[in-house]
Amino acid sequence: MGAQLRVYKRRIKSVTATKKITKAMEMIAASRVVKAQRKVAASTPYATELTRAVTAVGTGSNTKHPLTTEPETSTRAAVLLLTSDRGLAGAFNANAIKAAEQLTARLEAAGKEVDVYVVGRRGVGHYNFRERKVAKQWTGFTDQPEYADAKAVAGPLIEAIETETAEGGVDELHIVYTEFVSMMTQTAVDGRLLPLSLEEVAEESTAKDEILPLFDFEPSAEDVLDALLPRYVESRIYNALLQSAASKHAATRRAMKSATDNAGDLINNLSRLANAARQAEITQEISEIVGGTAALSDATAGSDK
Amino acid sequence: MAAELHVELVAADRSVWSGEATLVVARTTSGDIGVMPGHQPLLGVLESGPVTIRTSDGDTVVAAVHGGFISFADNKLSLLAEIAELSDEIDVQRAERAFERAKSEADASAERRADVRLRSVAAR
Repeated sequence: MGAQLRVYKRRIKSVTATKKITKAMEMIAASRVVKAQRKVAASTPYATELTRAVTAVGTGSNTKHPLTTEPETSTRAAVLLLTSDRGLAGAFNANAIKAAEQLTARLEAAGKEVDVYVVGRRGVGHYNFRERKVAKQWTGFTDQPEYADAKAVAGPLIEAIETETAEGGVDELHIVYTEFVSMMTQTAVDGRLLPLSLEEVAEESTAKDEILPLFDFEPSAEDVLDALLPRYVESRIYNALLQSAASKHAATRRAMKSATDNAGDLINNLSRLANAARQAEITQEISEIVGGTAALSDATAGSDK
Repeated sequence: MAAELHVELVAADRSVWSGEATLVVARTTSGDIGVMPGHQPLLGVLESGPVTIRTSDGDTVVAAVHGGFISFADNKLSLLAEIAELSDEIDVQRAERAFERAKSEADASAERRADVRLRSVAAR
């Protein structure tokens, strides 16, 4: 076998092995998307009921709460960025980080100090590499977030917002995550979580022109709101974590699918080249034999004379 | 047939139980409260404790609920809890072990959780 041909054969073998791996990763990601979507669906009843309850208290009473009142001047803001622990997901993490950077720039342009909270090793790595300050970071659960993880993330954030701004607290809480639109589309979105504008929440939940009844609060509207709002924030963060996980798996699936397709194309090209090399080798051998016999017969013909 | 109310018992990550009931008893921070069909709209904070649901076909469903909310409007009752378990799902031996362990470690919240589980099973 010629040297050229051997090189092609070796490359085909290695690309085939890579293709097998990416194909397997694609299939794993596809099954995880479905699982993650199911989790999003399972958490929806709780989120809807909670939103309804928050709207009911918000519209049914004139209670003021630090988590719902807009401060006159807000000087410090927190940004929660949700990324994943692992890469191999195309532009998934890059997009989320970019959205967070844009939001940070926007807030800073408005004269606010920004504290960044990061979930996921990829985002943490991005900030650490640039030696930028991260207020708090969480890693290790982005593939399959549990409600307890959302609670762990929400805790310090709620605490920060309840602290006075002068003592290192924040006035606003923004969240950047990747919304799962469909298997093919995931978009990095940013939204303000706190202070909660009850009107917006009300709009979301009462799309059907539903008139909320006058509730009887037990023990009191303030206490209910006190207990309700942190849960609401937790459930929103939980939802964002789940959507982010589903998006990550979908992005991985897509990235791995195109890697598999590319490997297939590469194998095709390489086998054509290998065939051409083999053919060239055979042609050369034939012409060598023909040349050899011709020379030999010429020599014998010469000796005959 | 007696009047009924629709009950949805949901935990943060799943829907635990839903169906028709004639009476629901839950413990709010200001005491036990019983809700029957036609109750006035209500929104309350729940304590950790067992919730008893008398279903319309006469059965009793007991669930251990760890913190959460009760809301009732338009004959629909929602029980929201971060963690909720039906008493049938509770592993008694495990809860007992957890109770003993929490007691020896003086972990108050774990002790309360295990206690609620055991009481829910006892109320079954």
